[in-house]
Amino acid sequence: MRAEAPVTPKVDVRGLTKTFHPRGGPVPVLDGVSFTVGDGEFVAIVGPSGCGKSTLLSVLAGFETPDAGEVRVDDRPVREPRREAIFIFQQPSLFPWLDLADNIVFGLDGEAAAARRARAAHYIELVGLQGFEHAFPRELSGGMQQRAELARALIVKPEILYLDEPFGALDALTRLRMRAELSRILSVERHTVLLVTHDVEEALQLADRVLVLSPRPARVQHVIEVKQSRPRTLSDPELAAVKTALLRELGVAP
Amino acid sequence: MSRASLRGLTAAAPVLALLAIWHLAVVASGSLIFPTPVQVAAGLIDLARQGLLLKHVVASLFRVTVGYLLAVALAVPVGMLMGWFASVHTFLNPLVQGLRPISPIAWIPLAILWFGVGDLSPIFLIFLSSFFPMVVGTAAGVMTIDAKYLRAARNFEFSGLRLFRSVVLPAALPQIVTGMRIGLGVAWLVVVAAEMIAVSSGLGYLIIDSRNAGNRYDLVVAGMLVIGAVGFALDIVMRRLERLDEVRWRYES
Repeated sequence: MRAEAPVTPKVDVRGLTKTFHPRGGPVPVLDGVSFTVGDGEFVAIVGPSGCGKSTLLSVLAGFETPDAGEVRVDDRPVREPRREAIFIFQQPSLFPWLDLADNIVFGLDGEAAAARRARAAHYIELVGLQGFEHAFPRELSGGMQQRAELARALIVKPEILYLDEPFGALDALTRLRMRAELSRILSVERHTVLLVTHDVEEALQLADRVLVLSPRPARVQHVIEVKQSRPRTLSDPELAAVKTALLRELGVAP
Repeated sequence: MSRASLRGLTAAAPVLALLAIWHLAVVASGSLIFPTPVQVAAGLIDLARQGLLLKHVVASLFRVTVGYLLAVALAVPVGMLMGWFASVHTFLNPLVQGLRPISPIAWIPLAILWFGVGDLSPIFLIFLSSFFPMVVGTAAGVMTIDAKYLRAARNFEFSGLRLFRSVVLPAALPQIVTGMRIGLGVAWLVVVAAEMIAVSSGLGYLIIDSRNAGNRYDLVVAGMLVIGAVGFALDIVMRRLERLDEVRWRYES
């Protein structure tokens, strides 16, 4: 018996191990990755490129199965992708045969058309895409497509968002703007978020905690808490110090 | 001269040149059998006046419509199953790849043996000719669906028929439509050949009958021109289909 009521983490990652078997021989990618994420927490995962960040996120979301270890969400094991946890990838995956409004309501079901439209209108406004309801994805810029992707995810009220370098394919200016937008949207709608990124500033500006992964095979090498209040400015001396520490951890600062 | 009329002239020039060379060649050779363009036009008007032109066109289109629609109805589902289930592909692909290179014309004797002389034989041949390009196109369309769309749909817990209807079919539609366009083109080529043997109506029959019954080459060439015109019209219809929003996303980025 424990004295305190046990706090169940939202996401509980236990000893994930995975090895790929390409032609050249086995490649261990994950080597006992363990961590927990609290409900409503924003955790960023950074690490050297090719370290297995994306594989880790795919396993968390249930798209890939680990060789050993398990992922539990709300204390239930994850075996396949679920609508409670939506994955957003670097490449937008809006359906090109649907216009923006139809893309955004794609994941909704069992609702009357009028209710769907009203909900779609709300999320289109939330991501700032009013006026583009009938545009096709090919007619939208990369940044607009990622906003729509976010709206398509948020409309189903997922508890968790898995973001795999969601702004990685955008130009630098758009990336900064999207970072601020994501911050704003998440202040309106609370979600548990796991963000994989190679952008240290992005991690520091958005996350409550930053997990630093080791080079492949990935293990959690270091955890950095980011306690600064939001909105954060990177010129803040304390944050700048955290940034230096983080870069040193990644082996790119002296 | 405006740009549009310049384009029109550029497009018309080879046709006019061919008509001129044709006319001069017939006159120069003094041929009594081969018709001049004017004689062909007269033959065409003659056929239209007697109501024969419409009758033969309708007969050919009827056979193509029935055989082609049967082929679409079978090829699209079969192609989708082949594209989606590796086991179905392994099971059916050798059959498809083995039968596909056999010209539908080679099936004519068997068609007559099985279906006799009448509409069924050409319908069967049209079915065969358009079935294979559509099966192959549909299967390829499903197999090359970008994994990211399937991944997104799985994330929203789409599976079974709902996944098929909402993602697999629309994602494969552009290649299905391309297969349908090729299939219809082949069907139109084959109906003419089939009608030369198995039946007594249709544009293929018109051509072969005009030759056999008194060397009416003016009507032979008139029949050929009508075949070209109808085939062209069918292709325009299918190209319209390729320009629909549901289809053209694949060809623009």
